Amino acid sequence: MGFKTVYEDCDILVVGGGMGGCGAAFEARHWGRDMRIIVAEKANIDRSGAVAQGLYAINCYMGMRWGENQPEDHVRYARNDLMGMVREDLAYDMARHVDSAVHKFEEWGLPLMRNPETGRYQREGKWQIMIHGESYKPIVAEAARKSADKIYNRIMVTHLLKDENHPNRVGGAIGFNVRTGDLHVFKAKAVIVGAGGASHIFKPRSVGEGMGRTWYAPWSSASAYALPIMLGAKMTQMENRIVLCRFKDGYGPVGAYFLHLKTYTQNAYGEEYESKWYDHTKAMVGEYIDHHPTPTCLRNHAFLQEVAAGRGPIHMVTTEAFQDPHKETVGWENFLGMTVGQAVVWASQDIDPKYINPELTTSEPYVMGSHATCSGAWASGPEDLSPSEYYWGYNRMMTVEGLFGAGDALGGTAHAFSSGSFTEGRLAAKAAVKYIRDHAKDPAKVSDQQIEDLRKAIYKPMEHYQIYRNEIVAGTVSPHYLLPIHGLQRLEKIMDEYVGGITVNYMTNEPLLKFGLDKLKILQEDFESIGAEDLHQLQRAWELKHRITASECVTQHTLFRKETRWPGYYYRGDYLKLDDENWHVLTLSRRDPESGEWKMEKAPVYHIVD
Amino acid sequence: MPTFVYMTRCDGCGHCVDICPSDIMHIDPTYRRALNIEPNMCWECYSCVKACPQNAIDCRGYADFAPLGHSVRVRREEEKGTISWKIKFRDGREKDFVSPITTKPWGQAIEKLAEQPPPGANDLNSQLLWSEPDTLLIEGGGGLPVISKDKFKQGVYY
Repeated sequence: MGFKTVYEDCDILVVGGGMGGCGAAFEARHWGRDMRIIVAEKANIDRSGAVAQGLYAINCYMGMRWGENQPEDHVRYARNDLMGMVREDLAYDMARHVDSAVHKFEEWGLPLMRNPETGRYQREGKWQIMIHGESYKPIVAEAARKSADKIYNRIMVTHLLKDENHPNRVGGAIGFNVRTGDLHVFKAKAVIVGAGGASHIFKPRSVGEGMGRTWYAPWSSASAYALPIMLGAKMTQMENRIVLCRFKDGYGPVGAYFLHLKTYTQNAYGEEYESKWYDHTKAMVGEYIDHHPTPTCLRNHAFLQEVAAGRGPIHMVTTEAFQDPHKETVGWENFLGMTVGQAVVWASQDIDPKYINPELTTSEPYVMGSHATCSGAWASGPEDLSPSEYYWGYNRMMTVEGLFGAGDALGGTAHAFSSGSFTEGRLAAKAAVKYIRDHAKDPAKVSDQQIEDLRKAIYKPMEHYQIYRNEIVAGTVSPHYLLPIHGLQRLEKIMDEYVGGITVNYMTNEPLLKFGLDKLKILQEDFESIGAEDLHQLQRAWELKHRITASECVTQHTLFRKETRWPGYYYRGDYLKLDDENWHVLTLSRRDPESGEWKMEKAPVYHIVD
Repeated sequence: MPTFVYMTRCDGCGHCVDICPSDIMHIDPTYRRALNIEPNMCWECYSCVKACPQNAIDCRGYADFAPLGHSVRVRREEEKGTISWKIKFRDGREKDFVSPITTKPWGQAIEKLAEQPPPGANDLNSQLLWSEPDTLLIEGGGGLPVISKDKFKQGVYY
């Protein structure tokens, strides 16, 4: 392929310019005044990542200035919601810093609502504050732009580079420009992965034109996981996928509705149903059902049971709250600020929630690490908070040296959300500067051979397509290649049917998972025959590769954990109960980059907060 | 609601191509105007609609669940710092909403950290981030919270 190679030598490379990546780029400048700081972004940082569309709330803010919550309260909350298990050191560390980020957002111009009576930020619930956040991302992107030496938009990073002098150290990253096709080689002393989690690994409920209407953005292509996995980084809690209870079809958010508008759910016959399933749930999970607030997965579980009992659909009762014009405005603006699609669904179906109680549904599963779940890379915590098993020198550094993470990339840090992801980026950036200072005399080696080998692999889907395209008259059916959409749909079907998606009511077991792994292995083989017609399809091809790789990891973790820890998110039919005796642990995986073999282990859960 | 582009309004400027997070707004090589090349990878995020200087882009709800006859139109005015929405139902009812998008002139209130006072010699080894602890605004002027390791509840082992 006749594409140029563009080299960039830098100190810190940030891969992915979402909330985490922007926080990293911004903070890195303060500590690394003399350093070259580069961001490589797949889209355009003004509208990229999960916050591209905007947000109507910041879901993680302590309010220490008013004594509202303390970091240990956040740890208790996140731990409880995830059925007892998070990385408490990382959660506490994020929480003790997050307020400074939110205060800066307000200074930068983000409209935070104030409670007219108290003068404090308007709370939606205990943790969330309400904002007019349509321009949240452009504002934060501007902060990153002011710190970085250069932002490369439209670079699809396909692989991390390895340091050939040290087998377990990162040397940079490589990818291609989606517009020009040029190969971009970033040699870096430290890399911070701020890429996105995983939508579209499980078959979505809408499979036609509406398949883009996933809960998490369709551009969240699991790069946050595949990039570290391919370099041999350890991952944690990848089985801890999340299923969202949302307004039907548009997946419009329910947080403000439950917490601020005080709407509530009922079954098709107008009955409260959650309490009916108390004894049933208690038999599965024991005392966790008595926790307050009720863990999200257990509320999902009651929803699923009620629907399975034939009393669906479940409705959100909005007709009472929406009689208040202020609440009605909040209800609509909540969607317009972050999920416009739900407003479109209601407009098209003539659903005015003032008069009609809209339907809810449970989504397909997602794997991510910044919302109310905690899949991601196993990373070091801060020196002053972390037990020895959780600490190896640099805060937020993965098990590969010089490789850091933020946002979806980090495992164990549930309920970080937008502000917490930005904060994690800041923490990773400071630690990365320290890492670079400590290793100044030992630069990484990235040989021309390594780059040449990757170049061949990166463009192979386009070459493969060109070789076989004219074998057929026209159309999409070839005996020699699959298009990226074909591979994606096969992946979604495998994950759905074998790893606990919607069509099997989130149920799986050991035989199913083993079948799933066999099929994923063959899909990995077939990836070698993916054909890409143009650069856009080449981007889709590499997104597919990242999704398949992350899916293998999810399936390995799901197989390893022999219990049902999060009923409502997924069920192990062969181990239908929560098992604290054997499984009150974090799960870790590592894929050997040479052999492709996976190795699983357990890691202890430290409760650093009572 | 995947986006689509009105032929008579689009002048092919490419703002939508630059901003689309999903890389699905492209310029059609024949008509030299924008189009959505992959509607099933559209998140209906409206980034392209907001960016279009000609108001040439609109959305039509996903065919598999949204009946025709609706519209959700938006006008984002950066200088005014507002965003305005008009929702039109299939049965003709309308709703209008206006929200602020910023409280400050664009970008001017954001610090350039290279021009801020540099960190002290040993600050890199502390747990504090830039501007902390001041910007945490902790009640009573307290410092960064910490937990003493000897108070950790014992780890749960396997």
